[in-house]
Amino acid sequence: MHELSIVADLFTIIEEQARKAKASRVTRVRVLIGELSGVVPELFRSAFHSYKKGTIADKARLEIKITKIKFKCQNCGKEIKTRDISSPDFSYACPFCGSKEMELISGRDLYLEKLEIET
Amino acid sequence: MEKSKKEVLVLEDILGSNKKIASSIRQKLEEKGILAVNLLSSPGSGKTSLLEKIGMKLKDRHKIGVIEGDVETERDAERIRNIGLPAWQITTHGACHLEARMLARIFDRIPADLDFLFIENVGNLVCPASFDLGEKLRLVLLSVPEGDDKPRKYPEAFITSQVLVITKCDLLPYLPFDVERVVREALEINPGLEIFRTSAVNGAGVEELCAFLEKKLKELREPNA
Repeated sequence: MHELSIVADLFTIIEEQARKAKASRVTRVRVLIGELSGVVPELFRSAFHSYKKGTIADKARLEIKITKIKFKCQNCGKEIKTRDISSPDFSYACPFCGSKEMELISGRDLYLEKLEIET
Repeated sequence: MEKSKKEVLVLEDILGSNKKIASSIRQKLEEKGILAVNLLSSPGSGKTSLLEKIGMKLKDRHKIGVIEGDVETERDAERIRNIGLPAWQITTHGACHLEARMLARIFDRIPADLDFLFIENVGNLVCPASFDLGEKLRLVLLSVPEGDDKPRKYPEAFITSQVLVITKCDLLPYLPFDVERVVREALEINPGLEIFRTSAVNGAGVEELCAFLEKKLKELREPNA
């Protein structure tokens, strides 16, 4: 359960952005959570709603967009959106050329994408 | 008064502040030629016991320091001090992982002339994987009693590590643990993993692991050799 400490970092960014934009209130927060980020969306959501009390975002809605795991094959250059990495038929090898030189290009990300504010 | 709503595009990495601190730690360690190793595993899989074995093996020819992360108590740091090595305890008081800023707070106490800095994370196979501490190597331990199905069940820890150590191998004759399955499944999700099999009871595999760590230290200090 490390979601609360990640949410604390999220609020540092929210408060800073709100100040810069001269917001009186933040009404919507949209985050991107990678499937392989180690963050459980449900726990993130409950951490968010308990942390928001008393902050500039205390009435804010939270939107979560899950980003898929994506590999790029270093050999043939194709991009592969993977199935569930913990499924028994998952294999690291490129389905097109069989190479194991695969670079993880998305799926570990954890981003604050955008805010909706009132000025 | 009518309030106007507007959208602000941010696109900022939520873990950015941790990553920033971690890269500054990484840079300082590399400038000093210190090889930092972050040890990850479930509680009780033998991180401290493995560190005791590595410490005993390497302490005559290298300077070693150990950072111990635990929820409470100085117990692990005391075990390391008992074999004659400096150890610094970080107690997280509830947090399930170490973060780079916790290391930054005690960083001034780390001697600049170390060869190896081992960072024993809080026992947890999930959360520590999300936090870069500025280490050069991440080492995940899987002990035989935990079962051979873990790499697929906890992929992030195995994907973000460069080294897998299968510990408590002296128990293999007594438990239904398929080493080949672990090796195969771990390499399926991370083909670059270096895998070692050790036992802190009879010392098996510790020599090979230490030789690997010394090789990595040499690569850090002589990158063009």
